[in-house]
Amino acid sequence: MSKPILSLNNLRAGYGQTEILHDLSMFVQPNEIVAVIGPNGAGKSTAIKSVLGLLNISQGSVELHGEVITNTPAAKVVELGISYVPQNQNVFVNLSVKENLEMGAWTRPIGIPERLNDMYALFPDLAEKRNQTAGSLSGGQRQMVAMAKALMVDAKILLLDEPTAGLSPKYRSEIFETIQKIKNTGVPVLIVEQNAKQALAVSDRGYVLVDGANRHTGTGVDLLADREIARMFLGGGH
Amino acid sequence: MWNSFGFEFINFYFIPGLVLGCIYALGAIGITLTFSILRFANFAHGETMMTGAYLTWTVMAICSGVLGFAVHPLVAAVPATLLVVLLFLVTDRYFYKPFRQADTIKVVMASFGMMLIIRSAVQVIWGPNQLTFVPGIAKPNAYLKDWSGSIDFLLLIPNKHLFIFVGTIAFMMALSYLLNKTRIGKAMRAVSDSPDLAHVTGINVDQVIRATWIVGGACAMAAGVFLAMDIQMLETTMGFRMLLPMFAAAILGGIGKPYGAVLGGLVIGLAEELSAYPWIGDGPLLSPGYKTGVAFAIMVVMLIVRPQGLFKGRSF
Amino acid sequence: MDFGILLYVLSLLTVGGIYAIFALGLNVQWGFAGLFNVGIVGFAAVGAYTYALLTTAGSTYHLGGFGFPLPFGMLVAMITAAIVAGLIGLICIRLRSDYLAIATIGIAEIIKLIFKNETEITNGPRGINKIPRFWEHFSEERFYSSWPLSWFGTPEAWDAFFNSLPNWWWQPFFASTVLLIMYVIYRMLERARIAPWGRMMTAIRENEPAARASGKNVTARRIEAFVIGAAIMGLAGALFAQHLRLIEPTNTFDPAKVTFLVWVMLILGGSGNNRGAMLGAFLIWTIWSASELIITGAIDLLIDIFDGVDMGSLRTRAGFLRMMLIGLLLQVILQKFPRGILPEVRPASPKGIN
Repeated sequence: MSKPILSLNNLRAGYGQTEILHDLSMFVQPNEIVAVIGPNGAGKSTAIKSVLGLLNISQGSVELHGEVITNTPAAKVVELGISYVPQNQNVFVNLSVKENLEMGAWTRPIGIPERLNDMYALFPDLAEKRNQTAGSLSGGQRQMVAMAKALMVDAKILLLDEPTAGLSPKYRSEIFETIQKIKNTGVPVLIVEQNAKQALAVSDRGYVLVDGANRHTGTGVDLLADREIARMFLGGGH
Repeated sequence: MWNSFGFEFINFYFIPGLVLGCIYALGAIGITLTFSILRFANFAHGETMMTGAYLTWTVMAICSGVLGFAVHPLVAAVPATLLVVLLFLVTDRYFYKPFRQADTIKVVMASFGMMLIIRSAVQVIWGPNQLTFVPGIAKPNAYLKDWSGSIDFLLLIPNKHLFIFVGTIAFMMALSYLLNKTRIGKAMRAVSDSPDLAHVTGINVDQVIRATWIVGGACAMAAGVFLAMDIQMLETTMGFRMLLPMFAAAILGGIGKPYGAVLGGLVIGLAEELSAYPWIGDGPLLSPGYKTGVAFAIMVVMLIVRPQGLFKGRSF
Repeated sequence: MDFGILLYVLSLLTVGGIYAIFALGLNVQWGFAGLFNVGIVGFAAVGAYTYALLTTAGSTYHLGGFGFPLPFGMLVAMITAAIVAGLIGLICIRLRSDYLAIATIGIAEIIKLIFKNETEITNGPRGINKIPRFWEHFSEERFYSSWPLSWFGTPEAWDAFFNSLPNWWWQPFFASTVLLIMYVIYRMLERARIAPWGRMMTAIRENEPAARASGKNVTARRIEAFVIGAAIMGLAGALFAQHLRLIEPTNTFDPAKVTFLVWVMLILGGSGNNRGAMLGAFLIWTIWSASELIITGAIDLLIDIFDGVDMGSLRTRAGFLRMMLIGLLLQVILQKFPRGILPEVRPASPKGIN
């Protein structure tokens, strides 16, 4: 097992006084896609937000490359190379696609033109829409902008919060393909997903969260094959 | 219909309306930026404008009284601008920043308090009485007369109005460049779009807020000096008088839309002046005493009919 | 000397009481309903002018006066302010707080504009004078020569009687009346606060979506609070007019001295707490008028020391210095003691209505 890039160790965290995560542990290694699935309210998104320093961590730690970054403010976390794509409102709707990407590079202002070209190569759809405002794009294209924007900082890891929520099946597949492409560029990805089946199919490993703690862990394939998980989240007895 | 009626209309109603509109526009830019980036209605904005004009007057007085040479208000405005920006930044640091995470209304209240503090401070320092800003009568330049040879074509524009027009256009161009071409300007638009996303994108929001005060301060400063140049005097209530029309302009244009604010300012300025034009019969349509009411009426209608403003700004 | 102090205390109580009524009105709007009204001065002016026009003796300078009984004038002052508030409420209450603030400050200015420009009705900037003041008005001929005083004595007898009184005789009575009105309003608001209505207001303020979801008509409740608060302010405005006896649109109704002071009073005393509102009013008013004495005294001292130096401008500016200090006080309270001296006490909700 190679050394994890990001690890969450025995986290207890929540908003204000309300604790949502009770003893959560997970990690992401280089070159892997990790999916976090679970029922609504299990604390999937909260797990990601705890990395960004967006909530109160009362116990446990978050480590990046073995260095403790618990409760570091979001701006600093981004500077350290953790990129995050929120579920909603993840693009600046009044800014053009190009400007969105430039904003993504706020913490690494050098070499922006080169990285812009990298992104247009990775997301060909965006290249031709670079001067349109993000608000004028479709949901799937916005998601692409959001991911490209997050990758503008030479991310060490990409955190995606439900990237396919509300998208058509066509776009859903496209997003999952793109996530695999991102992994192939050397950036590990942590995805929180409702579409458990598709997410696990592209993932190297997965975590099943229930009530703010991880219930099951395993490779994507193993979890997909697990009958209990199938019954719980995947619908029917697949 | 360019007859002597038109002469009166253009020179005594339309041009003054444009001048007033430019002043409102510059003030409203600051209001709309603060409203959209810091998310509160800054009640102290008018007072800052007024303070800027007083500081300019002081620089002019020092130059002519102590150093022995007269300077143009626009030159004196440059050092005064630095002081106004400083005033904005200090105010933000000590009176607004503590409420950044709190309810919006707290910081609105703080700005309401600042409005009174700044005005009282000006009244203590410079006294409550009117001061003469630029003495004498501004001689209007006559345009188009020689070309037509007829009085009906006469355009009367004093230099001060030319300064105001050119200055406003220059400010608009600079602002447009800033917001669309520079990194900090784009970040200002990004924060205005979504502060939360800007935060998790790693944008330095504090830096953006400082930039907002600097830009808003410079525009407020220009508006204050232009107003003082236009009315040729200073009074401590001039900022408060501007406040409502500026809010109206910002709302009319759509909160967070600087160009909308400019258009809103021009519309309000023209509406105020043209409301006194004898459209029907001989007397003014609306008694000049009610000018301020025009801005308010437009604002209220806007809030009912289209709260997001002409340019689809943010509505709350 | 002692006697002078007594009169000074009486005047403190009178004006403090009027401000306390303003603060109680604001507490209904802000403390109960969370409505940010910065147009207090507008409602004060509406109340004051309504009262003045209705109760003054006939005059060639302005509309009326109609010479109506004083309590009637005060009642109509309340109703007029309430109607104005209702109209504003219908338009603005659904908007975000900042917009309500802008709209109310605007309305206040427009109201003043109307009073300034409609010279036929209000005598414009010259204002209305000889406004009858409760109790003192009995010593005017038009009052002692008509009912109810005329039932008890002839005009001559009353004239002689009032002439025999010291000229401050009405002061304790007027102060008591103001304090009584304040007390009655306080009791009524306490009732309202503890009643289901008050608890509903708290629920709406704390969590509007939840209140809306549970079927409460949030907009209607807010307008109610706005209107009730404005009616109280209208009444305070009528008392303010009585206290001053001369009102004009600009200086009498200076937003700094009405709207702003009342806000500082409520925030200092504790928004949401009726006792706090009254305490804050008396406290700030005492500080305000005492600081006037102190600053004036200090300037006199300076004039004594630096004989011959012109201190006239200093004297006029001292008032602004006071305003500035009160403004700073507000900032300190907002940041350090946001809950005020007497913080809000939540009424118990036995049936879990919230």
